[in-house]
Formats: sequence, structure tokens, C-alpha cells
Amino acid sequence: MSRKPTRQRHYRPAPPATLAACPLCDCLQNIPPLLPGDEARCARCRHVLHARPRHRAEVWEALVLTAIILWILANTTPLMVIAAGGLTSSTTIGGGALAMWREGEQVTAVVVAFCAFAAPGGFLLSLLIVMWGARRQTLSPHLSEVLRWAHYLRVWSLHEVMMVGILVALIKIADVAQVEVGIGLLSVAGLVLLFPLIGLNFDDAELWRRIEWVSPTPGTAEAPPA
Amino acid sequence: MNPSFVTAKARGCAACRACSLVSHLPDGQEDGFCPRCGEPICIRRRHSRQTAAALVASAAICYVPANLLPVMRTYSLGGGVEEDTIIGGVMLLYGSGSWFLALVVLVASIMIPLGKLVALGYLLWHSSLHRNASAHEESRLYHVVEVIGRWSMLDVFVASYTVALVQLRPLISIVPGPGILFFAAVVILTMLAVEYLDPRLNWDVTAKGYEHHV
Repeated sequence: MSRKPTRQRHYRPAPPATLAACPLCDCLQNIPPLLPGDEARCARCRHVLHARPRHRAEVWEALVLTAIILWILANTTPLMVIAAGGLTSSTTIGGGALAMWREGEQVTAVVVAFCAFAAPGGFLLSLLIVMWGARRQTLSPHLSEVLRWAHYLRVWSLHEVMMVGILVALIKIADVAQVEVGIGLLSVAGLVLLFPLIGLNFDDAELWRRIEWVSPTPGTAEAPPA
Repeated sequence: MNPSFVTAKARGCAACRACSLVSHLPDGQEDGFCPRCGEPICIRRRHSRQTAAALVASAAICYVPANLLPVMRTYSLGGGVEEDTIIGGVMLLYGSGSWFLALVVLVASIMIPLGKLVALGYLLWHSSLHRNASAHEESRLYHVVEVIGRWSMLDVFVASYTVALVQLRPLISIVPGPGILFFAAVVILTMLAVEYLDPRLNWDVTAKGYEHHV
């Protein structure tokens, strides 16, 4: 688990070893202090328990801000414009859900709106709040609510699936009409690239360590190391 | 396999799914709340297999109309109406020369949902046998289903954005068909089933029957 030692002095001191239970196989184990860029795998099933980002928190903040700008662009500019026989039509991200709602498929509309618009947007918004709240040394317990939301909204952000879906729709339509790609689609492509990078550089373990506990009652103390 | 592994369950502990803190639960209790972030935690998810099985069964039922009913209807000039099912859309893409996209849609819309149903059914059936020698493989299968499952949503997006764009009345317009609702239901139900199926259950059986497999 060793890395090139050259740039280590730029980082905060390594966190102490922490107790972890694998979410897949429940194996109890200590995660040793990790160097930036290292990952810890479960001793039994090799599932990645924790990965420490290679870069500093500032890089993550820059990525999140870039993603927020791209997200605003992606939602305000048309994804694509089609033209046939003198008629033109365009759509934005919300347009897909809106069209489904208007055509009587309300349930599908809600699913599309949630996975394509609300979940990625909520994810980025919660990261913005986390970024703002993490400037203090101890984080308020309210922030843990936001961190939990970020965790679950990430799972339901299907913007990369939406991106491929739009491309397939585009190819299908190219048979009947002239298709022009808009700025919105390019922004979505940028988001598709940025989201995994944000995930890789998000040191949530570090944030959780600094957070104030919701209920530090004696009955629910942390277990002794195995 | 090394017999010295200790599970959190054996210590009366559970890991939080959100912040991954391992905490002690009060004596004899199965559920509680994470003291750090307030998330509900449990040693093993209650009725995990039953709930997951119900969701998988519902998804399997929805899978039939999702493939038989049209997902899109195309109205063109002159009163022509054309109905597209999911497999029809794949054929159309293949016919128009974009075999790569046809393959993408075939994998995402037909193979992944079907594979997910089969994989979840296999995991449920196998974990109920209580003679599990292949927890490693099943853990991996669960993880793959968890990661790849989202891609089956592809056709819902294809339909939504095609409908949103192709509104060139009276020349040509596309409206969604009833199949898309069932298709979205299959995706959501299987995603929920993965969520409810507790992967730690597979390993419990392994720990119990350990002596037989060495």
C-alpha cells in the first residue's frame, strides 16, 4: 500500500485506524491509516471499504463548483433541436418529464424528473451545503442529514443513463428529421465525466470524523476494536 | 478461507450504511439508530428475503406487459399510426444501420432487466437453501447487479426524450405507449429489491456451515 512519498507533506496527517464492518459480508476489521490515493479492501470479500482521495479537498471543491455551473447550463439550454419540413422543436432536461406528464404518463414523468433532474441537482446542492458547512472545525449534526441525503441521491442520479438515452433518441430521430446538438447536451456530457471524479475526490470519512454526533448516549458507544 | 474472521453480528454490532460507523446495539436488540448520523441501523434487515422476493415477483409480472405493449406510438402525416415495442425499437435501430446502438439498447433494455430478474431470483433461491459454499461469487453477483442495474432505465429515457422532441404536428408526432409505465416499474422494483436484499445474509450461512467446505 505504499506510494511515492514525494508530495506527502502537502496533506493533512493520516487519520487514525478505524473499525469497519464490510457492508457486503459484515466482516469486522480495522482499516489502517491510509495514504492519499490508497484504498482499503475487505479482508474476506475484497469489497472496497474505503478509498482515500489522491488530491486535496480544494480539488474536490473546484470539481463540485464546476459541476454546479454545468448543471445550471444543462438545465437552461436546449439539449437538442430538430427540424423537418420547416417545423422545429427542441427540448431541455425537464422537457422529457414534462412531455410524459402531458401525454398522460404521470408516473413515468415523476420517475424521469426525479432521476434526471431532482436527484443530480439535489446531490450537487447537498455537496455545496457540505462544502460551506465544512469550513468550521466541528461540523453541526444538521450536516450529517445533508451528507446522508448526498449518499442516497447519488445512487438515484441516472444522468449518465439519460445521456446515452438521449443519444439513442437522437440517432432514431435522425431518420425523420435534421438533428442539432445543443449546449445542454455538451454540459450533460461534462457532468457525466465530473460525477465519478467528484466521487473519487470526496473524502466523506474525513467529514464524518469531524461531525458532531446526533446522540452520543452511553448505550450506543462505538465497539472496541476487534 | 480463514476461520478467524469475526462478523459485526457476532459482536452485537452493526455498521451504518450512510456513515459506516460500527456501533453496539443495546443488548438483544436487532435494530437501532446510528449514534453519529441518526440513520436507522440493523444487524440484519428484517424480512429482507421476503420483501425482496415480493418485489422481484412483481417486477417479473410487470416484465411481460413491458415487452408486449408498445412503448411509443408514431403518428405521421396522412393518419398513419405505428407502434413500437422495445424489441421493435432494437430491430428498427439495427435496420437503420446503427448496429452498435442497437446492441447498446438490446443489452440495456432486454438483457440487463432479464439478467437482473434471473440473478435476484438465483440469489434469493440459493440463500434460502442454507448450504452456501459460494458466498464469494454471490457477493460479487450482488455487487454487479447493484452497479449495472441502473442502466436498464435507458429505454425510459429514450422514450421520454423522443416524445419530448418529436412534436412536429401535423407532420409527425410521437406519444408514449402503455408499455413504458410497466418498463419503468420493472426497473424501479428491481432497484428496490436490490436495496432490500441484505447481502450479509449470504455470509451467515457460510459461517454456520464452514466445517463442511474446508
